[in-house]
Amino acid sequence: MAGIMKVKAKAKKGATNVKMMAKHIMESGQRKDKKTGELIPAMFLQEITVQHAGKTVFAGNLGTAISKNPYIAFSFEGGAKGEELTINWVENTGKTGTETAAIK
Amino acid sequence: MMNRRTVIKAVATGGALIGAGVLMPRLAMAAWNTDAFKADNQGAAMKALLGAEPSASSDVSLKAPSIAENGAVVPVTVKTSATNVESISLFVEGNPTPLVAEFMIPAGTAPQISTRIRMGKTSVITAVVKADGKLMSASQETKVTIGGCGG
Repeated sequence: MAGIMKVKAKAKKGATNVKMMAKHIMESGQRKDKKTGELIPAMFLQEITVQHAGKTVFAGNLGTAISKNPYIAFSFEGGAKGEELTINWVENTGKTGTETAAIK
Repeated sequence: MMNRRTVIKAVATGGALIGAGVLMPRLAMAAWNTDAFKADNQGAAMKALLGAEPSASSDVSLKAPSIAENGAVVPVTVKTSATNVESISLFVEGNPTPLVAEFMIPAGTAPQISTRIRMGKTSVITAVVKADGKLMSASQETKVTIGGCGG
């Protein structure tokens, strides 16, 4: 499966700036299906963890009020061009994914 | 023969071991706090997540638009001058469930986070920074012309 994460990580002056976006609907569970009038069940990313060289550099617990296609930006000390970031995500349905991205 | 006391003891240590095993790989990361994310009022959500309500502090800076045309996508940036920051969390008082997200800041990661959030209606956004065991916050009202929750 192609990944859902789009990651731009740039090493600069000893720190790495990370901008990431997940392609995900982030269904809040509060919208109604226009045809049936029934609530569309919630389906959203619950957890995102980013690791660099075996160390967690970012972790987020997300709720349904995070916009569709969640965007998160942060930066951490260390990291160099060519090194790899590992991103783990967990959906509220229990679905999980692990993806990698290179630092540029 | 096992009497009542040893049974209780065995159950207790067994439980503790299982708990430790589950938590091990995620060390610093608190599990997704269902109570806090499901709470429908801000005070309760803050208490469930952080244990108490924060006090306003100028050490926390919250950047959000004063008017958001589209409540489905409201860009927010939180930063703080505090040291030993453990987490940054975001709340929107007027949303059906006010807790938006909780971000852990491990040592070495800058205490600054940008993201985009949903707002159902005009409301106050509050960013809470947990640092050195203290809870500090900054709030701002954002007017929403089109809500981002229902539909």
